[in-house]
Amino acid sequence: MAVSGAVLVFFLVAHMAGNLKIFAGAESFNGYAAWLREVGYPLLPHRGLLTLLEAGLVVAIGAHMWSAIVLTRRAAHARPVKYAAKVKSRANGYATRTMRWGGVIIFFFVIYHLLDMTFGVTNPEGHDATPFARMVAGFEPARWYITVFYVISVVMVGLHLRHGLWSALQTLGVARRYPVLKASAAVVSGLLTIGFLVVPLAITFGVVK
Amino acid sequence: MNLTLKVWRQSGPDDEGKLVRYQIEDVSPDMSFLEMLDVLNERLILAGDDPVAFDHDCREGICGMCSMMIDGVAHGPQKNTTTCQLHMRHYNDGDTIVIEPWRARPFPVVKDLVVDRSAFDRIIQAGGFISVPAGSAPDAHATPVPKLDADDAFDAATCIGCGACVAACPNGSASLFTAAKITHLGLLPQGQPERGSRARAMVEQMDEEGFGGCTNTGECTAVCPKGIPLDTIARMNSDYLRASRKSG
Repeated sequence: MAVSGAVLVFFLVAHMAGNLKIFAGAESFNGYAAWLREVGYPLLPHRGLLTLLEAGLVVAIGAHMWSAIVLTRRAAHARPVKYAAKVKSRANGYATRTMRWGGVIIFFFVIYHLLDMTFGVTNPEGHDATPFARMVAGFEPARWYITVFYVISVVMVGLHLRHGLWSALQTLGVARRYPVLKASAAVVSGLLTIGFLVVPLAITFGVVK
Repeated sequence: MNLTLKVWRQSGPDDEGKLVRYQIEDVSPDMSFLEMLDVLNERLILAGDDPVAFDHDCREGICGMCSMMIDGVAHGPQKNTTTCQLHMRHYNDGDTIVIEPWRARPFPVVKDLVVDRSAFDRIIQAGGFISVPAGSAPDAHATPVPKLDADDAFDAATCIGCGACVAACPNGSASLFTAAKITHLGLLPQGQPERGSRARAMVEQMDEEGFGGCTNTGECTAVCPKGIPLDTIARMNSDYLRASRKSG
C-alpha cells in the first residue's frame, strides 16, 4: 500500500507540473507532451521512456488495488460479527474514513479521465487533436458539468492523499513527530489539489482559451 | 436516574446471542458503570434469571479485564478511561445504553460480554519478553537509559492489554497492542539483543491469530484507556522491516 502509493504520489507531482504548462501557452503545453514521447531519443526508441513509465504506473496501480483488496478482506475476516450499535469514530478524520470507497471512486474517475484526455473517446475534439485542444475543449464553459465532476474527483484524490501521505510513512516505519508530519501531509495534498484544480477551472472560466 | 440497557446476552460460544432490554431504576450518579451492572445482576439473580457475565478484576483501571463496547465506543464515552472507571454521572435520566462484547474473530465470545483474549497472551509468548540471567536485582544505575527513551518506553509499557484497540479498529487489527509491547522493550537496553527477532515473531503471531491489517485510522489510540500513542506502530513497523531486511 505504502510503496505503490508513494510511486503514485511521485506520478501525481509530475502530472501536475505538466498540467500547469497550460498557462505557458499551447506551444509549450504541446511541446511538453511531444517531449515526453521523444525524451532520450535516439538512445531510447520513440515513446520508450513513456511506455516504461506507463507500465510502471499500471504495476503500481495494480499493486495498490491488490493491497487494498487484501486489507479489506482481512478486515472483514477479522470481524465476522458486526456491532449492533453504530460504531462511533473517535479518531477525527473524514479523509481516513473515506480511504476505501474514495479509492473506488478515484478508480472510476481515472478510467473516465483516460477515456477523456488520453484516448479522446469522450472528448469533443477526439484523439487526433493536439493535447492543448483536447484539454481546452474538454473543459469548455458549455461542459461545466465535466469540470464539476473533475473538481469533485480531484478533491477526493486530495483527501486520499491527506491520509495516505503520512500513513505511508507510518507503515514504512519512519513516522515520528505527528503534528509536523500531519501538517506536511495536509500542505502537500492541499498544494496538489490546488495545482490540479486551477487548470480545468481556468479553462472553464475562460482564462485559458 | 432510570435507564434502559440493551445488553448482549449469549449463553455460550455456540449460541447465536441477541440484545436484551432491561429497565434499571434508581441508578446513582456516583456508581461506576460496573456497579450499575452489579445492581442489574442482583436484581436478575433475585428474579431467578441468569446474571450478565462480564469481565472485571481490579476495578481501579489498571488490570485491563473490563471490556465493553458501550454505545459503539470501546470503554464508553470517557477518554483515557476503562469501563470500571466510567461513572454514571456521565449519563442522563432516560438514556438508553447499548452494551456489547469486543467483536473480533480472535476474541471469541465466551458468555454474554466476556471474550477470550488468549490471542494476546500468545502474541506476548511469541516474543514479548527479554531473556536475562535471573538473580539479584541489578543496581539502578548499572545500565543508563536516556530520559526520553525511558519516558517513551514507560508510555508504551502502560498498556494493560484490554483489547479496546482491536474492538475499535475498523480492521480488527491488534497493531497498537503489539506495537506497545515491541516499543516498550525495543527502547530499553535490555531489549536490544532480541529486538529484531521479537518484532518479527510478535507481528507474525499477530497475523496468524487472524487480526486485520493496520491502515493507520487512529481509532485504537483514541479509545485506548492508557492513551498509547500511534507512533508505537511506526516503531513496530520500523523494527519489523529492519529485521526482515536483515534475515531476508
